[in-house]
Amino acid sequence: MARVPAAPYLGGMTQLPASLQTWFDSRGWQIHPHQQAMLDRASDACLMLVAPTGGGKTLAGFLPTLAELADAPRTGLHTLYISPLKALATDIRRNLLIPIEEAGLPIRVEDRTGDTPSSRKRRQRADPPQILLTTPESLALLTSYEDAPRMFEGLQRVIVDEIHALAESKRGDQLMLALARLQTMCPNLRRVGLSATVEDPPAVARLLARHPDPCKILMADPGPEPDISMLQTDEAPPWSGGGAAYAIPAVLEQVRQHRTTLIFHNTRAQAEIFFHNLWLANEDALPIGIHHGSLDRAQREKVEAAMVRGDLRAIVCTGSLDLGIDWGDVDLVIQIGAPKNVKRLVQRIGRANHRYNAPSKALLVPANRFEVVECVAALQAVQERELDGEPRGPGPRDVLCQHILIAACAGPFDADALFEEMTSAGAYAGLAREDFDACLNFCATGGYALRAYDRWQRLLQRPDGLWQLRDPRSAARIRMNIGTIQDTDTLKVRWRGRGGQTLGEIEEGFAASLTKGDTFLIGGQIVRYEGLREMVVEVTRDAAKKPKIATFMGTKFATSTQLSQRILRMFDAGDWSALPGHTAQWLTLQQEVSQLPQPGRLLIESFPHDGREQLVVYGFAGRNAMQTLGLLLTKRMEEEGLAPMGFVASDYAVLIWGLDAVINPAPLFDLDRLEDGLEGWLQGNAVMKRTFRASATIAGLIERNTAGARKSGRQATMSSDILYDTLVKYDPGHLLLDITREEAMRGLVDFARIREMCDRIGDRIDLVRLKRVSPLSAPLFLEPGRVPINGSADERLLEEEVTRLLDESGLARLGETSAKVAASG
Amino acid sequence: MNTAAFQFRDAALAALPSGALHWPAMGLLVVSDLHFGKSARLSAVGGAALPPYETRETLLRLEADLAATGADRVICLGDSFDAAGIDVALPEDDRLWILRLQAGRDWTWIEGNHDPGPVSLGGTHLAELAIGSLIFRHIATPGPVGEVSGHYHPKARLRLRGRVISRPCFLVDERRLILPAYGAYTGGLRCDHAALAGLMAPDARAILTGPTPVTIPMSRSA
Repeated sequence: MARVPAAPYLGGMTQLPASLQTWFDSRGWQIHPHQQAMLDRASDACLMLVAPTGGGKTLAGFLPTLAELADAPRTGLHTLYISPLKALATDIRRNLLIPIEEAGLPIRVEDRTGDTPSSRKRRQRADPPQILLTTPESLALLTSYEDAPRMFEGLQRVIVDEIHALAESKRGDQLMLALARLQTMCPNLRRVGLSATVEDPPAVARLLARHPDPCKILMADPGPEPDISMLQTDEAPPWSGGGAAYAIPAVLEQVRQHRTTLIFHNTRAQAEIFFHNLWLANEDALPIGIHHGSLDRAQREKVEAAMVRGDLRAIVCTGSLDLGIDWGDVDLVIQIGAPKNVKRLVQRIGRANHRYNAPSKALLVPANRFEVVECVAALQAVQERELDGEPRGPGPRDVLCQHILIAACAGPFDADALFEEMTSAGAYAGLAREDFDACLNFCATGGYALRAYDRWQRLLQRPDGLWQLRDPRSAARIRMNIGTIQDTDTLKVRWRGRGGQTLGEIEEGFAASLTKGDTFLIGGQIVRYEGLREMVVEVTRDAAKKPKIATFMGTKFATSTQLSQRILRMFDAGDWSALPGHTAQWLTLQQEVSQLPQPGRLLIESFPHDGREQLVVYGFAGRNAMQTLGLLLTKRMEEEGLAPMGFVASDYAVLIWGLDAVINPAPLFDLDRLEDGLEGWLQGNAVMKRTFRASATIAGLIERNTAGARKSGRQATMSSDILYDTLVKYDPGHLLLDITREEAMRGLVDFARIREMCDRIGDRIDLVRLKRVSPLSAPLFLEPGRVPINGSADERLLEEEVTRLLDESGLARLGETSAKVAASG
Repeated sequence: MNTAAFQFRDAALAALPSGALHWPAMGLLVVSDLHFGKSARLSAVGGAALPPYETRETLLRLEADLAATGADRVICLGDSFDAAGIDVALPEDDRLWILRLQAGRDWTWIEGNHDPGPVSLGGTHLAELAIGSLIFRHIATPGPVGEVSGHYHPKARLRLRGRVISRPCFLVDERRLILPAYGAYTGGLRCDHAALAGLMAPDARAILTGPTPVTIPMSRSA
């Protein structure tokens, strides 16, 4: 909110109602120019405000609502506010109540999220408040009820907060389809979007507006330049590793010097480990808390409350604090680990100094030497105001399928009308009628291979031409599976014993790897795994100093091709003056033992490590391209008998491990053979199966939640893999396979682009054979998102193990042999 | 086809990659726990959603094994059908396929816990069957000699340089042979499970199915 006098008030503009003006005056505040502009354009059908965090953005969004309701009090829903985070809805409610109460406005504000008690939810449907704060998923659910038209009757405005974040995900696609629905019910609905600084505001605005309506974009004063630099430490960062433990003393010193510090991490596991180490070193016992998405809600709320009271000096956190939550007086933001994309960095910096005209202060703490290079590149990008972002393709069809089912829950629908409504959502403006019909057909029958199953026969067309649910009872099941967030399956962690307190959640896969007595970190405490009971992980306290490390993850990142190009240029220029001495020395060492990657050439390193042969290909083309290259190269390695076992891609390189060393790379890049049998190779790959699972869940083919108990993730994976294999074999033209291919390609690049790259490189491939890990490749070994390859390596490993076991047991002497049986009869 | 040949009592047998047992001297092929109709039954009770193709998957493999071995005698070692009465509920195509495989072959359905009672398809229906010095029944009994059974769906897990491989397996010792499940989507019981560890002698071996069946000592600890 505006705490500082802004531009002088000019005549001829929309005046605030007296009660609100008095409230502004009583605080000695003046309205910001962009807040005034929002009032002036309050009647626009679509409006988007781009403002830095702390610019009074949210109030700017709500001012027209407050003004309209102050001038003409009324009952019924007037404004719907949608945010990507539940916590944000709660936070906004608190902030909004201040002007409403102090100006004495007759407005009720309520939030509605997955955490809202069902009694209140029911009341909200019967007697909605004037302002309702909610999330995309809760809105989708609301539109699925038969009484939705009654609830939304009279709705005037919808405010989409943090629309830049939603615009990047399927949650945004789902939201825009829901807005199209609302617009049908309330034709005069006005849309408002609030966005942080983005590289392409018109692209976001196009998603927000009803297609093909225009959307006016208002740009607020971006405020002063952020004060952002790399943290100076006495100790040099390690070659590899993500913990930044070396920087603990320097970080503590910064916490001491500032009022409130936010310490951001890229993953939850790193946040836990850092928090633990911070406390071990915290001799002054400074009050420091931890906040991330895996922690229990009660515990998160405790931290949030302490932060609002100003009781905490620092909070170690992840993306769960990322999106514009307005808490306390943060005067420093520390980013541990390289910011993987510049846009995210800029948005995080917005946390510090929530005063409009004070520069934000941020420190970057690279966790290893490669991240030093990344941080320097990111700093340069921020200075040059070069934000990154990948353009998003057309609206995903799995979300479309879910939305058709949601529409059916609300009542019978006409296919033509629904098609028209859906194509008014920007992302679906180009949707072909035949694609829509294919989705409708899938929702109705499940598709050819699955036609024998009742559970997938969900819609029927009535004699009057309208579509409806075949069985009205299925609405409950469909509603239970609304949403597009594909969280890794997690299990709750609880103290053992009756009524033990819940500590948070860990990934199911991680839980499965634990055996009784293992220790791990959660909520900054070391706990001991005791066992699994009714899908809850039971733990006890443990006095150990060093835990078995938690591998549960945080957020995956959008990639940044721009950053990797910057780094390649930095290497090429040979100008390392911007880098600290230790990092320049590290690059020199890389040059000595191997080479530095150069534009126009392809550097490949090959070395043994960890009992396997490793191959590192430095493509510097962004994660999507590197992931694709990994798929192609492992295919060629399998064909060449090199027994690849898996690969992992980063923005800069792809690391492939297998049983045999690659000595001659040329055959792997053989253009003609790259494409042979590619379709089959892709179909069998884990990337495709993973994508299928996500899309099939969103499209309603696989149900995550059923009335009984939640399926365990492993069970779900099992049947999703079987479904996938069956469809590939018996119904290769099935819509879901088509969608899977399309969705997988969002995380890959065109093979054509890889072929171009191979063409361009030609024979300028430098293979360097090393005895051990090179300096530049070390960080790759900690990269998340490993893709296993199950090919000939399995058989060879098995053979190896059998020989070992037989030698050990003496079974070999029994004289049993494998024999060939000739085919006969 | 790569097979693992082994001696059990006085019989020279071979484990096939698919999990079938071949006795060349008798022209006999033994398969256990086919669980035909599993997806239909699960779907009817609202269980896990499996696509309705597992019966065909299983028949496809059986047809290939019969062709490769030239066996004219077949024993289905129990739990051939996922539930009593499901044989009549199978799609007509699948029933005809089974009849085609039975043509010209001596076919025995051994009774299992899932499929007691006679079968509407051709073939003999028996609780157990003795051939030579071997006795074929569904569930292992205490203290037998030369017993071939199924029922447990044994599986072996191996940790190989950081990678875990899990395969259905045969278990064999001096007195007893337990077959893996042959049917598609039939899950399994790890061979270090107490039920299996208790049945098999300390020197028991496991023969892993897969492209090349291999023999290893039976694991008794996870």
